[in-house]
Amino acid sequence: MKLTNGNYVRPPARYSWWLRQGRYFRYMMRELSSLFVGIFSIIMICGLYQLSQGEAQFTAFTSSLWNNFWWLSVITFLFVTYHSYSWFIVTPKAMPLRFSGKKVAPWIIIGAHMILWLICSIFIWFIFTNGGAQ
Amino acid sequence: MLNKINSDVVIIGAGGAGLRAAIEIARSQPDLSIALLSKVYPMRSHTVAAEGGAAGVAKDEDSFDNHFNDTVAGGDWLCDQDAVEYFIHQAPKELTQMEHWGCPWSRTKEGKVAVRPFGGMKVERTWYAADKTGFHMLHTLFQTSLKYPGIKRYDEYYSIDLISENGQCYGVTALDMRTGQIKFFRAKSVIIATGGAGRVFPFTTNGAIKTGDGMAMAYRAGVPLKDMEFVQYHPTGLPGTGILITEGSRGEGGLLVNKNNYRYLQDYNLGPPDPWPRKKAMELGPRDRLSQAFWQEQQKGNTIQTPFGDAVHLDLRHLGEEKINERLPMVRELAINYMGVDPVHEPIPVRPVVHYTMGGIDTDIEAATRLKGLYAAGECACVSINGANRLGSNSLTELLVFGSKAGANAAEFASKTSEQVDEALLENMAKQSADKVAQLFHHQGKETIPGLRNEMNTIMEAGAGIYRTESSLKDAVNQLTQLKSRFADIELTDKSNVYNTDLIQALELGSMIDVARAMAVSALNRQESRGSHQRLDYVERDDKNFLRHTLATFAGDDNPTIDYRDVVITKSQPAERVYGGESK
Amino acid sequence: MSDVKTSQKSVRQVEIEILRYNPDTDEKPYFQTYQVPCQEEWVILDAVNYIKDNLDRSLSYRWSCHMAVCGSCGMMVNGEPTLSCHAFVRDMPDKITIEPLENFPIARDLIVDMDGFVEKLSSVKPYINAAEEKTVEQGTYQQLPEQLQLYKQYTQCINCMLCYSACPQMALNDGFVGPAALALAHRYNLDSRDKGREVREDVVASNAGIWECSFVGACSEVCPKHVDPAAAIQQTKIAATGDYFKKFLMPWKNAQKGQAPEGGDQ
Ligand SMILES: Cc1cc2nc3c(=O)[nH]c(=O)nc-3n(C[C@H](O)[C@H](O)[C@H](O)COP(=O)(O)OP(=O)(O)OC[C@H]3O[C@@H](n4cnc5c(N)ncnc54)[C@H](O)[C@@H]3O)c2cc1C
Ligand code: SF4
Repeated sequence: MKLTNGNYVRPPARYSWWLRQGRYFRYMMRELSSLFVGIFSIIMICGLYQLSQGEAQFTAFTSSLWNNFWWLSVITFLFVTYHSYSWFIVTPKAMPLRFSGKKVAPWIIIGAHMILWLICSIFIWFIFTNGGAQ
Repeated sequence: MLNKINSDVVIIGAGGAGLRAAIEIARSQPDLSIALLSKVYPMRSHTVAAEGGAAGVAKDEDSFDNHFNDTVAGGDWLCDQDAVEYFIHQAPKELTQMEHWGCPWSRTKEGKVAVRPFGGMKVERTWYAADKTGFHMLHTLFQTSLKYPGIKRYDEYYSIDLISENGQCYGVTALDMRTGQIKFFRAKSVIIATGGAGRVFPFTTNGAIKTGDGMAMAYRAGVPLKDMEFVQYHPTGLPGTGILITEGSRGEGGLLVNKNNYRYLQDYNLGPPDPWPRKKAMELGPRDRLSQAFWQEQQKGNTIQTPFGDAVHLDLRHLGEEKINERLPMVRELAINYMGVDPVHEPIPVRPVVHYTMGGIDTDIEAATRLKGLYAAGECACVSINGANRLGSNSLTELLVFGSKAGANAAEFASKTSEQVDEALLENMAKQSADKVAQLFHHQGKETIPGLRNEMNTIMEAGAGIYRTESSLKDAVNQLTQLKSRFADIELTDKSNVYNTDLIQALELGSMIDVARAMAVSALNRQESRGSHQRLDYVERDDKNFLRHTLATFAGDDNPTIDYRDVVITKSQPAERVYGGESK
Repeated sequence: MSDVKTSQKSVRQVEIEILRYNPDTDEKPYFQTYQVPCQEEWVILDAVNYIKDNLDRSLSYRWSCHMAVCGSCGMMVNGEPTLSCHAFVRDMPDKITIEPLENFPIARDLIVDMDGFVEKLSSVKPYINAAEEKTVEQGTYQQLPEQLQLYKQYTQCINCMLCYSACPQMALNDGFVGPAALALAHRYNLDSRDKGREVREDVVASNAGIWECSFVGACSEVCPKHVDPAAAIQQTKIAATGDYFKKFLMPWKNAQKGQAPEGGDQ
């Protein structure tokens, strides 16, 4: 659009901009993944409610979930994983650390988060699988 | 009728000198209106490119006398010593002021401002912000200037002609680059701070904007250009692009070696090479000597051939990666990007490159010119504290010291002046200036701007380079005279009003041709060798005849007329410049 | 810098397509194509200079230093915001498309209107608001190297505006104060000589400031000086949130203003 002062303003790509560049696409995927984080939370809450109704209820719930909505679980799992990953890789930006005056290298911060994440996941996995066996 | 804009003070140029002047006026006399004109946005000014640092006495073991002596001897006794005296005393104050404004100076462990040695310096006194000192100073000044509502910026206004009458300056005409309109900036006083003119040469560290416009403007208005024959070659530029590798890299311990890996500077009265590092010796000798030594090595066939001409090696490897990253990050980045050489692992090929114009608009110690109400500061001016060879890192400080002086004096003049002048007359002169541009715009001819510019560059390099002779200079003068008349026959391709860079380049070329002629004619007349002006036919310094400033006065299409003025000597009598082993 | 001279280096024919616009004559921009014999060591700017000097005198663009420090020559090169003196022809395909920086109005050819940008810079009050007044005679402030390190990265901005061009938020709302200006505010906030965030908060912590940022991170990816404006903005968000809660929970503290909470700004 040509303005009165002669300047020309290019129309922004309102709806398709995020397809133009890898970095925009990755961002949009991160945003989209929030939706699945939401879904995951709802399922979690439902699950907790079922658990409060007793073990049988809970097992019925999880197996019905898996039997009917296994694809949703898989997609949710992937997105939630991506969500966590995409936040962990930007942590050094939001929380730059300094150690005796020197900046801690970003990969250390990211690495530490990732490792912590992995340990927590394994731990929870362990409780679930073993806890269930007892 | 031309659009007329009234202000108390007009400042032309928003580099280090112009911004410092503007801030000085705004903070000391807040009710004065200031118009700050610049052909580029202030942060694009070439001060941004300065790397190494700014000189000012800082250490206990240093003294004002040391700074004075280093400067005067470095300038081969062509400096005005009263000006140097004022300069060195103001220097630490101005640099401290910069610190208060937020300049991120590099620090010592104790949190004091750190200093590094530079060439020709007895004790280290160069304040630095890593190797981006000019960048940080310019941005600090620009950002600080935003605090003052009195400063009204006119960014991307190209100033054309000073308007003066009866020995007094009343303003300037300028082209608003985004509309193509020419306006008359009427003011009570005017400061020129337009920077240097390195672009008259083909191979230079200077950015595209350093075309000597302000020098040419003052010159055409009748103010002489002083000591224009003194053009500094910096010994270490990247071949091909001319990108500067700061003297700071030698200050940190970098070595210069020829193709035999030999520190050749010891053969040119700068040795012995050890102990190292040592002030005022070898790689820390003055720039003129180092650039001249390169030329001699080239004659002997000792230089290294590169696709971009001969070079020598600047070796930083022994400093180690950590020190290079901390002190010289930009050097590393530049060498990797533009030369494909990582100084941590390989020596950098370097060669001398045109860097700085010691000469400029003739001003006195008050930054005043002989036109009443007209002041000049920074690289465009010649006070002169730089003499025949500027000491590295004195220039950035000069911007502050004399920028602030010019500001204070221009403000004072603006608030006192009561001269009556015929406004219609001034407006008419402004109109003539605009008409001249219109003529250029519509003229049909057969010369092109890039064509003439390249010719001018070639003429200057061949005729007025590191070493000069009578015949090389005569050739240059004659060819420039022809070039000037051919310039009248240029034709612009671009006929539009908005951001017509074809027109801007034409105006810049006009400035450069005038400045180049002043350089060549001044050089031809100086029959001696002094500092950066080296004549193969007059190899000695001749204090009897030439301990004087050259003054070149504009004479229209003819060559400038040349006069001389004695150098001001207060306490340091001319002596031999001693570096290396015998220097103290 | 000297224009790169013809040498014995290898030459490659490159097709360069440039978006042209002249408000005097054009209703809207259009592409024009040039065949340029590029030397392999050239940067994009050298090729554009070649066009200007040899093929088309009417092409307008900004440039000065040719060493990636003046910030003038930002352009979209093959769709990516780029400093044209900092991008090498040798890394480019045989066809190169050059457009003016996105998210700015085009004034002419590759020249964009940057007044809005400069206004945004000034809006964050980018100058020292002294924590402790000192005269020049009293000397410099003490600042330890670690205190300098804290903000130094954010002083490296050359105002090239590539980050504004890369920011999709900018495209949707041109009132957004933007990455470089917010990083600059952060720079002064972190400086030990400065009083801290308080004076800049009205602009910085407004809706057009940090809260407009959705952390795409594109600004930091394109920044040629590794300023990492995205980091500056996220850190400011955290600090501003802290301020908010502090005000809320400890109203009596509001009286003692100006003191940046220790380490809270990191
Ligand atoms: C690569 C490099 C490194 C350097 N390193 C050092 C160093 O380490 N230490 C040191 O002391 N010195 C150094 N110098 C020298 C020093 O940087 C310069 O001498 C100094 O910055 C010049 O500043 P200035 O304010 O006079 O001019 P500039 O910064 O060049 O500014 C000139 C201003 O004038 C304006 N202007 C020009 N013509 C017109 C016109 N016609 N109309 C309107 N406006 C106009 C421009 O837009 C600009 O704003 C270096 C120089 C270079 C090139
Ligand atoms: S933050 Fe980086 S990309 Fe943005 S303007 Fe500054 S230097 Fe350019």
